[in-house]
Amino acid sequence: MAKIKGAIVVNVERCKGCNLCVVACPSKVLSLSKEANDKGYNFSHMSDPDSCVGCAACAYVCPDACITVYKVKL
Amino acid sequence: MTTNEIIDPANLVYTKTKVMNDTPMHYCPGCSHGVVHKLIAEVIEEMDFQEKTIGIAPVGCAVFAYKYLDIDWQQAAHGRAPALATAIKRLLPDRLVFTYQGDGDLAAIGTAETIHAANRGENITIIFINNGIYGMTGGQMAPTTLEGMKSATTPNGRNIALNGYPLNITKLLAELPGTCYVTRHSVHTVANVRKAKKAIRKAFENSMEGKGTSVVEIVSTCNSGWKLSPVASNDWMVENMFPAYPLGDLKNE
Repeated sequence: MAKIKGAIVVNVERCKGCNLCVVACPSKVLSLSKEANDKGYNFSHMSDPDSCVGCAACAYVCPDACITVYKVKL
Repeated sequence: MTTNEIIDPANLVYTKTKVMNDTPMHYCPGCSHGVVHKLIAEVIEEMDFQEKTIGIAPVGCAVFAYKYLDIDWQQAAHGRAPALATAIKRLLPDRLVFTYQGDGDLAAIGTAETIHAANRGENITIIFINNGIYGMTGGQMAPTTLEGMKSATTPNGRNIALNGYPLNITKLLAELPGTCYVTRHSVHTVANVRKAKKAIRKAFENSMEGKGTSVVEIVSTCNSGWKLSPVASNDWMVENMFPAYPLGDLKNE
C-alpha cells in the first residue's frame, strides 16, 4: 500500500498560538513550542513529524492562514 | 524521506491564498474572523473575481477587513453596510458585492438596512458573523446573546424579562421573498470549514446570477469576550450556540 507522508511549514511570526491546529490534527503531529515568537506567542510546530499525512486539517482551521502543507506518496 | 525533502513546491497541497495579503491580522488568537476571511479570499480566487469584487467592511472587530484582503473595499457607517452595498451593486451591476457584518452591526443598529435590503432582493451577499456579543467594545450584550449568557452588561446572564429574547435574525430574513439563499454554518472543524466555504461560493454565485439576496450566517466564537480559551470557546459554542442557532440551510431557492 502506498504510504503518504506530509510536512507543514508554520509562519512562525504570524502564528498566535491559539492551539486550534493542535486539536484539529487527526495524527497528533502538532504541539505548541516552548519558545515564543517576537510577539510572545508559543507558536505551533511539528513535534512528531513522522506521523504527518499532509491532510491539511491544521491549515483549514488556522484563523491566521499561517500553515503551508506539503504531501508526497512514497 | 526527510521533512526537508517533502517541503518542495512540487508537493504543495495547501497554502495561503494570494487574495489574502501578508499583513498580520489584529484579531485575538483563535478568532473565527480569520477563518472566514480566508474562506472569502479562497472563494474569490477560485472564481477569479479578485478584480471584480467589492467588499463592505462593517463597524466592529472586522472594520479592518480591508487591510487583509486585496480586493476593493468600502467601509460603511455602523449597520449601514447593506444600504451601501445596494448603491454599489446598482451602480456597478457586474461586480460581486458582499457585506461582512457582525451581530451588533447587522442585528442591532443595522436591522432596518438589513431587512429592507433583503426585502428588496438586492443582488448582494451578506456574510453575518454571529458570536452573540459585542466583541470589539468589550463583550456587551448583543441582540443575539443567548438567554442566561453572561456579558459585560448582563453579568448575571441575559434575563428575558429585563433584556428580551435573543433575536434570530437569519430566520427572519429567510421569511422574506427577496432572499434566495439563507444558510447557517460554523468554522470550528475541518468539515464545517469546507461546508461554510461551499455556502459562501453558492451565495456569491447567486448574487452574480441576480437571484436576490444571499445570507450566510457563521456562528462564531469570541474567546476574549466569552473569557474562554479558543478551544474551550469552540466547545461552548457547540453546546450552547448550536441549540439556539441550528446549522443548515434555512432557505435555498
